[in-house]
Amino acid sequence: MVKVTVDGIVVDVPNGSSALQACEAAGKEIPRFCFHERLSVAGNCRMCLVQVVRAPKPVASCGFPVAEGMEILTDTEIVRKARRAVMEFLLINHPLDCPICDQGGECDLQDQAFGYGADHSRYQEAKRAVKDKYLGPLVKTVMTRCIQCTRCIRFATEIAGVPELGAVSRGENMEVTNYVEKALTSELSGNLIDICPVGALTSKPYAFTARPWELKRTDSIDVSDAVGTNISLHVRGSAVLRAVPRVNDAVNEEWLADKGRFSVDGLKHRRLDRPWVRVHGKLQAVSWQDAFVAIGRRLDGVPGDRIGAIAGDLCDAESMLALKDLMTALGSPNIDCRQDGADYDLSHRAYYTFGTTIAGIEDADALLIVGSIPRQEAPVLNARIRKRFLAAGRGGFPIGLIGAPTADPTYKAELLGEGPEVLAALRDGMHPFAEVLKAAKKPMIIVGHGALTRPDARAILASAWALAAETGAIGAGWNGFNVLHRAASRVAGLDMGLVPGKGGRSAAGMMSGGVDVLWLLGADEFHTAQIGPDTFVIYQGHHGDAAAARADVILPGATYAEKSGTYVNTEGRVQRSFRAVMPPGEAREDWRILRAFSEVVGHTLPYDTVEMLRERLATVNPVFRVIGGLDAVDASALPGPTGGGAVSSAPFRPVFDDYYQTDPICRASPTMGECSRIYVHPRTVAAE
Amino acid sequence: MSAHSPIDQIEQPASFAFDAESEEQIAAILAKYPPERKASGTLPLLYVVQKQMSRQTGSAWVPRVAMDEIARRLEVAPIRVYEVATFYLMFNTRPIGRYHLQVCTTTSCWLRGSDDVVAACKKATGISGFGQSSADGLFTLTEVECLGACANAPILQVDDDFYEDLDGPRTIELIEALRRGERPTPGPTIDRMNSAPEGGRRTLTDSPAKQG
Ligand code: SF4
Ligand code: FES
Ligand code: FES
Repeated sequence: MVKVTVDGIVVDVPNGSSALQACEAAGKEIPRFCFHERLSVAGNCRMCLVQVVRAPKPVASCGFPVAEGMEILTDTEIVRKARRAVMEFLLINHPLDCPICDQGGECDLQDQAFGYGADHSRYQEAKRAVKDKYLGPLVKTVMTRCIQCTRCIRFATEIAGVPELGAVSRGENMEVTNYVEKALTSELSGNLIDICPVGALTSKPYAFTARPWELKRTDSIDVSDAVGTNISLHVRGSAVLRAVPRVNDAVNEEWLADKGRFSVDGLKHRRLDRPWVRVHGKLQAVSWQDAFVAIGRRLDGVPGDRIGAIAGDLCDAESMLALKDLMTALGSPNIDCRQDGADYDLSHRAYYTFGTTIAGIEDADALLIVGSIPRQEAPVLNARIRKRFLAAGRGGFPIGLIGAPTADPTYKAELLGEGPEVLAALRDGMHPFAEVLKAAKKPMIIVGHGALTRPDARAILASAWALAAETGAIGAGWNGFNVLHRAASRVAGLDMGLVPGKGGRSAAGMMSGGVDVLWLLGADEFHTAQIGPDTFVIYQGHHGDAAAARADVILPGATYAEKSGTYVNTEGRVQRSFRAVMPPGEAREDWRILRAFSEVVGHTLPYDTVEMLRERLATVNPVFRVIGGLDAVDASALPGPTGGGAVSSAPFRPVFDDYYQTDPICRASPTMGECSRIYVHPRTVAAE
Repeated sequence: MSAHSPIDQIEQPASFAFDAESEEQIAAILAKYPPERKASGTLPLLYVVQKQMSRQTGSAWVPRVAMDEIARRLEVAPIRVYEVATFYLMFNTRPIGRYHLQVCTTTSCWLRGSDDVVAACKKATGISGFGQSSADGLFTLTEVECLGACANAPILQVDDDFYEDLDGPRTIELIEALRRGERPTPGPTIDRMNSAPEGGRRTLTDSPAKQG
């Protein structure tokens, strides 16, 4: 620790801190553009000038290391003058087009010009103008506004791991660009919009939509993957206009994946906004009462074991529990939250969660990824792996991959093989990477759904655990065993036991004629042709996707933005979102629909309010009581997941091949559709 | 105006491969750096490309595919090579004429008559302004900053050679010679050696021994 005085306030800061950090520790706000605490220090904007006693001139505090006894002054005439001068220079070439700029109202330059800008310009010459750049369908550029802070270049290079942005030419002609006019190839590109301190990089889909002061902000959770990214939904009237990340260092730091950010326009397309019942093969709009009666009639006389329910990937814990309770009341053991056919050992939470925790990745010193492509399945988590990779330096964080070879994972990784036989080779010590894992003090293994959605999932899971145990990945104080989920609802479903009961059928069993009545709660990720032709299908959900088209009764539900819900991320962290807007038309919150229906069939669910339902959640599994936090699990004494059976030699397949089209919301989103056309199916674009 | 036009406005070759001569140079260059620091080879390799393009096409420039090839060789992101190539004005990121006429117009040269040299270049080539090429594709005229040869101002650099102490007529003569395919000896175009006085030495003409 170093003792530093800032404006007379004495603070202790860690060795190697910058003067800027010391000032912040003393509660002094330092204006800045290029400095960002999650990026390397560039020190090129000079806005952060402060005075250091006995230094001959003002210093850029962001890059100036503190020394014992240093005295910093942040509010002297010299400092003020220096900052005013820097601001004057920055504004020389800035277009000052705030009235037509989307950053207006949330612009660092605007805010700081308010503090340090002059009321007129002494600059008489022509301003430079810079041609806008094409960076793809998500990020809009107005490059004349760029103040060349290089944050975007550093973000792309360091965090996103796609070094595609740079500064070409020099001096007056310097331009920030990718030089090749190609779409950025990152699943994290939307963060450039947040990171750019001015209006040079803004959101393309959101262009000219709203001003920040018109927006109501609601805390929510991103459901497009199982990371549980903390987001804020920005709403005007009844429309969710954008999603932006909230800071949560344990989960997403301050990043948000593109799917979570840009699929919000899917919230208003293809919505189910009233109940429908199929009459003589045609769907007819009906009232809630009629829809319930139709279901009730069909259920009449159907034995419990001929009824089944499947919960989809975007469901909140509340509605899943209501579904489970309803099915139990109807006497049905056929419930499942694993529409992808995944298999887990539910005897201990450590067997199906991301035990290392996301933040814990930063402590690991070796990594093995089995049947997962984190870059696509959890981009924000992947950024954490890259962060660890960079921090560890050359060779400090060896990474092995077992699975389909894919495009750049954004870190150096060795492809060990494509199928489960590599796991066996690692356990036998036949594979050299086994030594790497053994030599590591805190190795971690990530098992993804490329491995868990196959018939031999349990055997693979067991052998991955065994490998972890044998290589010291599971011990006191370190849990290196991880299951990476991709469905936001999955862990909550597993936590409450939303899996077939005794003698119950799994999702696949229910579909292939195993039940007469099938209740789909937002379950869409399968071919509806799998459902038996005689099965009566109730689709409760928010989007008119494939499953709704197959349904006999449609009950319009709410999206994550339209209800307060509980979600459990891949780590097992329980988080809660709030309602940002009302569901459209006659659509209702899902647990209320189930509760109302239960009354119709005479099995009234014992909760009238969401609080009562949450109380029930906590009784089902106490983990639901702790919101936000996560207790460390000591896995060292666990025997490991059970699971024998033969292991097939088939290679692991990616869990999806189009990152932009994985759930009903993004399939309804025009922006995601365009991303899919540009990034995933580029040839069709060229042919147009 | 930017010295580097937007990439999409230039016709780029479809591919680029180093020839044997370049490969030899690259091997010598990369031997200078530790393997994990081979990114340092960016600048010299850009020169290798420019020279090879000059040999092969008569136009010394660096196409983007060649920058990509350098990036691949040096295991850096292509944008890092684009940044370097566009930062230094010595690299031409668009095609130029066979002869690159680089006139210094900085203070010393300007005081010593660089305006005449510029005018002569334009007259002899038909080029109307800096950054342009002659209709026959032989010449490209570029304005450059101090070439570090002020004592012999004004200077016209043709490709890698300095022609010094120029005036209008001698510039025209030089360009005509180039047009004929000749390469006049670089250096002063007046009667002097290097930066020594015109007409021969004027001081220290006695030998020290005589003085003694
Ligand atoms: S585009 Fe924005 S983030 Fe990038 S250098 Fe310019 S001002 Fe900075
Ligand atoms: S914030 Fe310190 S120089 Fe930019
Ligand atoms: S001014 Fe022309 S060479 Fe220096």
